[in-house]
Amino acid sequence: MNACSTAPTLSTETDKQIDRVIEEYKDEPSPLLEILNEVQHIFGYLSDDMLIAISEKLSIPTSQVYGVATFYSLLSTRPKGKHIIRVCESAPCHVMGSESVLRAVKDELGIDLGETTPDGLFTLESTSCLGICSVGPAMMVNDRVFGNLTREKVRLILRRYAKDKEASVS
Amino acid sequence: MNSYLRSQKRVVLRNCGQIDPNSIEEYISSGGYRALKRALLEMEPAAVVQTVKDSGLRGRGGAGFPTGLKWEFAAKAEGDPKFVICNADEGEPGTFKDRLILEGDPHCVIEGMVIAAYAVGASKGYLYIRGEYGQSYETITNALKQARSAGFLGNDIAGSGFGFDIVVRSGAGAYVCGEETALMESIEGKRGESRVKPPYPTDKGLWGYPTVINNVETLANIPPIIENGADWFRQIGTPTSPGTKVFTLTGDVMNRGLVEVPMGTTLRTLVFDVGGGIPRGRKFKMAQTGGSSGGCLPASLLDIPLDFDSLREVDSSLGSGALLIVDDSHCIVDVVKSFMHFFEHESCGKCTPCREGTYRLARLVEKIEDEEATLADLDVLSRLCRVMERSCLCGLGQAAPKPVLTTLKYFKEEYLVHLRDQAASKGA
Repeated sequence: MNACSTAPTLSTETDKQIDRVIEEYKDEPSPLLEILNEVQHIFGYLSDDMLIAISEKLSIPTSQVYGVATFYSLLSTRPKGKHIIRVCESAPCHVMGSESVLRAVKDELGIDLGETTPDGLFTLESTSCLGICSVGPAMMVNDRVFGNLTREKVRLILRRYAKDKEASVS
Repeated sequence: MNSYLRSQKRVVLRNCGQIDPNSIEEYISSGGYRALKRALLEMEPAAVVQTVKDSGLRGRGGAGFPTGLKWEFAAKAEGDPKFVICNADEGEPGTFKDRLILEGDPHCVIEGMVIAAYAVGASKGYLYIRGEYGQSYETITNALKQARSAGFLGNDIAGSGFGFDIVVRSGAGAYVCGEETALMESIEGKRGESRVKPPYPTDKGLWGYPTVINNVETLANIPPIIENGADWFRQIGTPTSPGTKVFTLTGDVMNRGLVEVPMGTTLRTLVFDVGGGIPRGRKFKMAQTGGSSGGCLPASLLDIPLDFDSLREVDSSLGSGALLIVDDSHCIVDVVKSFMHFFEHESCGKCTPCREGTYRLARLVEKIEDEEATLADLDVLSRLCRVMERSCLCGLGQAAPKPVLTTLKYFKEEYLVHLRDQAASKGA
């Protein structure tokens, strides 16, 4: 990121929303992770400008804010698709056939791990254990979990989400 | 009663599925918050610590450290304020006991935390839940609200004059944050990188203050111990691992899911009685105890009692209570590769032996699976494991080699058939 050369160019509205989040945690010592979680929840991802703004408002070095934002796998510094698919790759799901589930998702969407479909509808990621191993293989779409997956079930689930055409990448 | 239920003994899960987790009234009418009142109104903090010490309760997060001793260290440590943390960053693959305790009986965890706080003199608690557990977060947040308005949290709990409150913090996707010092770094708003120990958290924990950090299941054991006494608790389980253990059965087993049995129940009972055996007419090949960082045990060890010490003797660990059952249709090297990819991804990168070691382990196992490795590579593999066990900073890197070392010990032939020369001669 070009932290040194660019001054934040956030819209007033975005800036206000970030202020509101920070205000919410003003009584908590070192609430950086909470704030990043919350800001991402609102905007879908954490842009460079947002990170710079947060670092200035909290008086924490930008490098540290960026370091935290890129450490945790649920935080993203890049825009993602409207629906985020997280296929569980942990051993219990692996034993139950998660590789074929992952292949089914890739085939259906035509993208690889870490990629977003050109229409901005889906982003495909792998995840560590989702804690629903009793119904593995499993995956998560946004906040919903799906278990006992087969290739056929994966296709049905994805097509249901694909009907939701209101794609947005930010 | 079928064998699935007959072998179980429910202490921790006593209320799960029995009461409405969103109703504090149902929790109270099933005996909830009685232990809290007894501790705060009738016992001195030191007596609470002594009861937990006498019970022999050991930490259910994986390490098995005596809980009472941990509390005693924190109670005696100098510093103000003191903190109690509930570690609900349940990330060990194949483990979902903490999620179901939090979602099935959230008040027993809160009650356990208040008793712990009273015992060590802590004024504030943190409940750190992994980011993937949205439902747990909602359930516990609601329960905290109820506990606050019922007077079980706040300035003057149950009229005792003791004050304590709990804040929920959400993780953001990092396995290593289940390690206690990494978790504290995360609460402090930093990257979740483990700290060098000592100093231990009971001396210098959150923001450098004395801190008790206990697993969800450990804390859920506290109310029944205070209520029924240490002797009652010691009647369950084994002399060195008293009480019950919640296990999660996953993989190739008929009844996948959550079970609670006395410590010392054998692996065979869990797999074949409680678990209902192996499906599709296949045979048992191995069980990994304790999650991805645990050892892999062959059929010849099915009669081993599942408790902290028995498993340590065979280079495995009880860990979080995850049990991954693998049948004879799977190749051991393929399963181990899956474990190694996991650790490679989850290493926090702070210490070199883990950052580079987990990477090299994954490449070596891939090389073996691709039938390009030689006997010398197997030697490198086991030496690398030994180095990591001794030199990694925290439990992640120290335990990552465990599945490799135990499969090399018990399933060496499966590695050998993948070696370049072997594979070539087989092909010829």
